[in-house]
Amino acid sequence: MLGQEFMRNALLAGTFVALACGVCGWFVVLRAQVFAGDALSHVAFPGALAAAAAGIDERVGLFAATVLVGAGIGLLGLGGASSHRGMGHARAAGGSAAQDTAIGIVFTFVLGLGVFFLTLFSMSASGGAGIQAAHTLFGSIYGLGGGEARVAAAVALGATVCTLAISRPLLFVSLTPDIAAAKGVPARALSVGFLALLGVVAAGATQAVGALLLLGLLTGPAAAAHRLTGRPYAGIALAGLLGVGAMWGGLGLSYAVPQLPPSTAIVTLAVGVYAIAAIAGAWTRRRPHASDAGGGTSPSGPVPRPSQSASVDATGATIAI
Amino acid sequence: MQAEPTLTWNLARDVSEVLEYHFMVNALLAGTIVAVMAGLLGWFMVIRSETFAGHTLAMMAFPGASAAALIGVGAAWGYFVFCGAGALAIGRFSRGRTRSWSEQSASIGAVQAFALALGFLFVSLYGGVLGDLENLLFGTVLGISDGQVLTLAAVAAGSLIALAALGRPLLFASVDPDLAGARGVPVRRLSIVFLGLLGLAVAATSQITGVLLVFALLLAPAATAQVLTARPGLSLALTVALGLMIVWLGLGVSYFSAYPAGFYVASIAFALYVLARAWAWAHGASRRRMALTREPTHEGVIA
Repeated sequence: MLGQEFMRNALLAGTFVALACGVCGWFVVLRAQVFAGDALSHVAFPGALAAAAAGIDERVGLFAATVLVGAGIGLLGLGGASSHRGMGHARAAGGSAAQDTAIGIVFTFVLGLGVFFLTLFSMSASGGAGIQAAHTLFGSIYGLGGGEARVAAAVALGATVCTLAISRPLLFVSLTPDIAAAKGVPARALSVGFLALLGVVAAGATQAVGALLLLGLLTGPAAAAHRLTGRPYAGIALAGLLGVGAMWGGLGLSYAVPQLPPSTAIVTLAVGVYAIAAIAGAWTRRRPHASDAGGGTSPSGPVPRPSQSASVDATGATIAI
Repeated sequence: MQAEPTLTWNLARDVSEVLEYHFMVNALLAGTIVAVMAGLLGWFMVIRSETFAGHTLAMMAFPGASAAALIGVGAAWGYFVFCGAGALAIGRFSRGRTRSWSEQSASIGAVQAFALALGFLFVSLYGGVLGDLENLLFGTVLGISDGQVLTLAAVAAGSLIALAALGRPLLFASVDPDLAGARGVPVRRLSIVFLGLLGLAVAATSQITGVLLVFALLLAPAATAQVLTARPGLSLALTVALGLMIVWLGLGVSYFSAYPAGFYVASIAFALYVLARAWAWAHGASRRRMALTREPTHEGVIA
């Protein structure tokens, strides 16, 4: 399997892309920005098509679109509910609904532009447009050349390092925004920076698994890690490891079963990890009949369990109403 | 083959030219049905802040249609079956009382990712006819048959009757779930039923706009109307009016141009939302300014 050139390239790019997705995804899940991540992944598609229609390297359009929209969401304060916790976390309260609405409308428009570029591209360069679109939407990890794979790996590794570098203040801002603000942590800049990083990760992952499927790689391992451990750094490491595991497993599986597209295998494994973690979690919780949402101290360590603190917030807000 | 349709300044002539074609009449009929249904259900979706769930249900139509193509039944069956199953999955797995907001959105995202992965598997098993894939994702107005229009009308009528019956308790449960629960409204059951209805609406809409652009009719009219007014009845009516406007304009313009209807529908929807936001902002600003300038005169009168 490793004797094949395309397989080595796929493994090189895939490993680092999955690592970046896992690490970034852990923060995405923590900050309840899954919908923003989803929007970024969809935006990658029009970006790539616009570049193709203009006749420049598709990666330029890909990165430009995702980073710009990511920073835009952050600047407009649209990303996630973390900026006003409490009220924003309760499902029926106004805050995050307005944000989700704006995100939804913006990405629908950008996808509409994608159709426009697709038509433009297919009129100017007859043929190949459909294949181009399919590659962007669903990825073509086996089609990566040696140079492309090395660039993708380097970019993903860079994004991972940057995320880890800002992880401490980001964690602070995400978990206790009020205290962080009082201590003078620049919440706005962090939020914009994180979403721009997420844009870089999304653009990198688009090449591997495609604009429609990268959500699985972003959410699955990270949500599983949130389920399995409450300790932040252990969770980040676990999310990265699970992502890489899903990538390797998916590549191996699709190599063994040629009918199975690699993107499908990778995403199915990434989501499967979460499903197993969720079922196992529900099973162990039912046994001792512990009131998990009540917010008792986590047995795993002195650090409060993030998902628990979020649920306490939600219940606190509903009581406050 | 007719010459390229061209837009003239005579609006009545243009409209009658569009209506001469049976496929355009069908497209407009289907678009009208879908706009009403999606607008009304989308209004509740925005109120309940289930935008992400709605988007995920929209994505369900993709594996649905590709599975239907794979086993050789009508695409509408696939749409409705998968959207219904998706609604149940989201309602079942992600709406537990103990789940936090981030956990909910993570599990909805997982459902969506898995559905899309399945869809891609079906497409590649089918042999991947890419033209169909584009229509699936971005919609087509050309292929709507009389039978499809009838099916859409039946589904829309059924779900709107259900919505009318559930409307009041649903609004109550959406605005204040705790109080509604205390008054004996079955909040959780309503939520699953609503997701099911939303799934139907999404399945119907995606036949017109394609899977990716469903929000242009589901979310944009409702969001625009809610920016403009806070009164429920008025904003519901406004939602339907805006939805109809988006569909008719989008289909009409796309008939006279080389670009697909989905692009125009999405752009018009976005433009209306931006205009509404700008209007609300300007309105608020002028009211604030008026309040500022009026205040001294008030005091003067009182003095």
